[in-house]
Amino acid sequence: MNLYHKRRFINGLNLTLSMVAMAFGLFWLGWILWTLVDRGLASVTLDVFTKMTPPPGSSGGLLNAMAGSIFMTLAGIVIGTPIGIFAGTYLAEYGQKGWLSPTTRFINDILLSAPSIVIGLFVYEVYVASTHHFSGWAGAFALALIVIPVVVRTTENMLKLVPNGLREAAFALGAPQWKVIMLVTLRASKAGIVTGILLALSRISGETAPLLFTALNNSFWSANMNAPMANLPVVIFQFAMSPYDDWHKLAWAGALLITFGVLGLNILTRFVFRSKTTLH
Amino acid sequence: MESLKSLKPKIEVRNLNFYYGKYHALRSINLAMPEKKVTAFIGPSGCGKSTLLRTMNCMYALYPHQKAVGEILIDGENILDGKRDLNSLRAKIGMVFQKPTPFPMSIYDNIAFGVKLHEKLNRSDMDDRVEWALKKAALWDEVRDKLKQSGDSLSGGQQQRLCIARGIAVKPEVLLLDEPASALDPISTARIEELISELKEDYTIVIVTHNMQQAARVSDYTAYLYLGELIEFGETTSIFTTPKQKATEDYITGRFG
Repeated sequence: MNLYHKRRFINGLNLTLSMVAMAFGLFWLGWILWTLVDRGLASVTLDVFTKMTPPPGSSGGLLNAMAGSIFMTLAGIVIGTPIGIFAGTYLAEYGQKGWLSPTTRFINDILLSAPSIVIGLFVYEVYVASTHHFSGWAGAFALALIVIPVVVRTTENMLKLVPNGLREAAFALGAPQWKVIMLVTLRASKAGIVTGILLALSRISGETAPLLFTALNNSFWSANMNAPMANLPVVIFQFAMSPYDDWHKLAWAGALLITFGVLGLNILTRFVFRSKTTLH
Repeated sequence: MESLKSLKPKIEVRNLNFYYGKYHALRSINLAMPEKKVTAFIGPSGCGKSTLLRTMNCMYALYPHQKAVGEILIDGENILDGKRDLNSLRAKIGMVFQKPTPFPMSIYDNIAFGVKLHEKLNRSDMDDRVEWALKKAALWDEVRDKLKQSGDSLSGGQQQRLCIARGIAVKPEVLLLDEPASALDPISTARIEELISELKEDYTIVIVTHNMQQAARVSDYTAYLYLGELIEFGETTSIFTTPKQKATEDYITGRFG
């Protein structure tokens, strides 16, 4: 076996191993999606979108849970994203000297990997226990706490990918630092930062633990963020654990809706951003 | 060619030392660059020519561990004393980098970006300024119909001319060019060189280049730097034909190790 054949063999081997690893990952993903579609699709009826969560034995839907999930997820994103972007910008653009940014980065990493149930308990202790009732806002705050570290991390990473030459070119024209950041570097990393926000959105739309102790649940329609609020993950959790068949069906429908909602959102954003990013 | 001493210096470097942390990158540099002429810095990689260029608009001040000691006088005023507003200083001194750096915005906005920082122009004045700068950089004819397109959509040579136009639009007095053609093909390079010859009517130009033929073609004065020291500075013709220092001669004739 000469050198050429040996290299070809090693190349082929590594390629095969990579393909096998990819197939292994995709297999489980495919299975999960297939199970969801198989079990959930039949349960996704018009009722799901128009009726409230029912007591066992009667017909109903998930309208209140979907609305609650949307309210709290949006509130969580709206609260968490600006904080995350500002903090990430500080870390990437200002924090070159001193102890503040390494410390912040370290704590952010801990927050990033903190179990979400701990975040739920924290918000329970700090907010729910002092207001004496579960509420949509409590749920939104818990979700925001999950959003923040994800957005901080991606914002910092994306800004660090911006070539220094671009920064220098803006400074060389006499731009003050805040304009360099707002008009040039943040703009250059827009697509990446939006991807980070989407990542956070995908993550919180399936989180159950932080909502369990904060928003709790609600069997009726409620748009009051100061009252307990229904939401898909907790409803799925409750319904799936129950002994009732019609609840099981609704749980599958909810799981399907979350998964494909997030998937659809991801595809849509990719589509919107593709036309702009291909030029780079 | 007028002799160096009789000309009014635009930029005067006096006893300049530069440090990257502990590393002493420039050692006691003294030179005076005359107004509305092209001065070239040549020398092997790492000799400090880009470093010297970057002290002239205080670019090094962005980095905490870089330090310049000495004086750089622009129109007789020392810019290193830390008393100056760097943003208005940089408005006076344009810079073009080795790699084209178009901003992530349209061609029009790339030019308008710098102008808006220092002047308030109405729409039609801004249109005129953009057109003027693009014409000056010999890019107008190629982009006049696509000013709204992203600057990234241009070719490398066009992007570099866009960056030159962007620098000119602010109406600086000095243009610093840091190997502006090293990433470009020969045709784009030739266009940039032509441009430099035209621009020196209005601007004092300092260019760093690895390419000695380029220095010989575009510059009036040449400085040869080696290991952080200024070895020789004089008229380009005499540097290239009758260098006074043996080291300079070795470098320009390619006998340098």
